[in-house]
Amino acid sequence: MKLIAIYLIGVIFGIGIALSGMANPAKVLNFFDVAGTWDPSLILVMGGALVVTFIGYRLVLPRQVPLFGQRFFLPTSRVIDLKLLGGSAVFGIGWGMTGFCPGGALPALGTGVADVFVFCAAMLVGLLIGKAGLAALTQANSGNVPFKT
Amino acid sequence: MITGFTPVQSLFGGTLIGLSSVLLMLTLGRIMGATGILAGILSPASREDWLWRVVLVAGMATGPVVLLLATGTMPEVQVPISRTMLIVGGVLVGVGVTFGAGCTSGHGVCGLARLSPRSLAATVTFMVFTAITVFVLRHVVGG
Repeated sequence: MKLIAIYLIGVIFGIGIALSGMANPAKVLNFFDVAGTWDPSLILVMGGALVVTFIGYRLVLPRQVPLFGQRFFLPTSRVIDLKLLGGSAVFGIGWGMTGFCPGGALPALGTGVADVFVFCAAMLVGLLIGKAGLAALTQANSGNVPFKT
Repeated sequence: MITGFTPVQSLFGGTLIGLSSVLLMLTLGRIMGATGILAGILSPASREDWLWRVVLVAGMATGPVVLLLATGTMPEVQVPISRTMLIVGGVLVGVGVTFGAGCTSGHGVCGLARLSPRSLAATVTFMVFTAITVFVLRHVVGG
């Protein structure tokens, strides 16, 4: 029951991503290309997603517990540091090169297009490198809060 | 490569992304962030913790297939860049989201919806760097 619900939630996300154009690098890159072949569609994707999530979270989060869990897992870190900003900058460079972000690429796997698999394989390598780098960094300054998702 | 403005599909798609984010919070109490979900698959806390993440990703990949069955056409995935660029960029995305602790879905949607200053800082940073990268590659280098 729980896993069926989770699967269907994934399907809704995947349909949303595919329908919106977030799974299509050409469209994503054009959103950022204001000086060239600009396609403003993605502002509606983020806008729509944000409004629904903003309202929905306010209805859900006052609950004591989620339907299938003991607690809500909300990020507690408030730190805005070089790790956050530098990581986000590197992500931006990669997103600008490829047009794929992780949430766009995962549903795109379902189209069977070979390039998506190449991107995801490269991204997995990046995730592992990042994980190792972060572990080394955390060990170097053991006072820091470890990476939390 | 020119792509057409698709306000209706994009707004509706965005609404579905929002809906799924709310439902994941309602059912599991989790943030719908692709980075966090993948990180948990690579280093799971338990078998159960690993399983829901894999099931969720499987559902995500089913999305385009549902659209194919419903409309008769597979959603377009056009990759207007070289293989080399795709691989180098892919690695950068993986490293970046790990250090940045999130991506467009986690910071850009769920984090902003929670009014997290951290997510706002991350989102502004990656949007600006993405725009700069696209500008440089298309109008400076590729000119």
